[in-house]
Amino acid sequence: MRTTKLLSFRLWRGDRSLISAFVGPDPIDPADVFRRVGSDEDGASLLFVGVVRDHADGRPVSGMRYDAYADMAQAVLGEIAREAAARLGTDRLLVVHRTGDLAIGEASVAIAASSPHRAESFDATRYVIEEIKKRLPIWKKEHYADGTAEWVRGTVPPVGEPR
Amino acid sequence: MNPLLTAHSPVSFSVNALFFAAYRDLVGSAEIAVELREGATVADLVAELRGRGAPFDSLPTEPAIAVNHTYAFMDEGLSANDEVAFIPPVAGG
Repeated sequence: MRTTKLLSFRLWRGDRSLISAFVGPDPIDPADVFRRVGSDEDGASLLFVGVVRDHADGRPVSGMRYDAYADMAQAVLGEIAREAAARLGTDRLLVVHRTGDLAIGEASVAIAASSPHRAESFDATRYVIEEIKKRLPIWKKEHYADGTAEWVRGTVPPVGEPR
Repeated sequence: MNPLLTAHSPVSFSVNALFFAAYRDLVGSAEIAVELREGATVADLVAELRGRGAPFDSLPTEPAIAVNHTYAFMDEGLSANDEVAFIPPVAGG
């Protein structure tokens, strides 16, 4: 009986391993993203959610459109997730970035990670969101309450610079 | 065709230039096939397009470029059918 329990525990822990990145149009359920990390050896589980807000520089915003260079964004996000997992010291990290038209309050990005201690999860999730801002080939167009729309001023990706 | 005659004629190849977001709005297309001379680099492609005049001359002289999904330097050599994306400043998150 004891052996069986240990065996199932090991199998279950094995199932918790994931380093995953997704870019796509499906709505993000942050709770579902969070549920996928964490294990018995982790004392910290962390979830970061980026959400569309209703204002930008004092202008009322009605929604946001996210365009992606889909194939490259998927590849770059996977690369970022693997770099972050190396900092995490575990292989439990999941990041999802949404594309398409989003309403106020909808999640544009969710990042979940877990680790034995808190510092690594904070460091890894912070790393993922900061690298997304620097180099993920995604663009957003802000739609304002007055009916106009503008591409949000972005960041020039650091081509060829050492990371 | 006589191989001796073709041996010294300029060899050309074509790449697919992709445009996203603000660059797509600027250029008015998502994808353009561009003919280049053998040995052409990313810089040569940008120069060839900018040399066409408006609206291409409004593209930056050194935009961020990805070749086949990887960020590339301006002096990177190009090959037939490469996917060369013009990447405007990014704004994910």
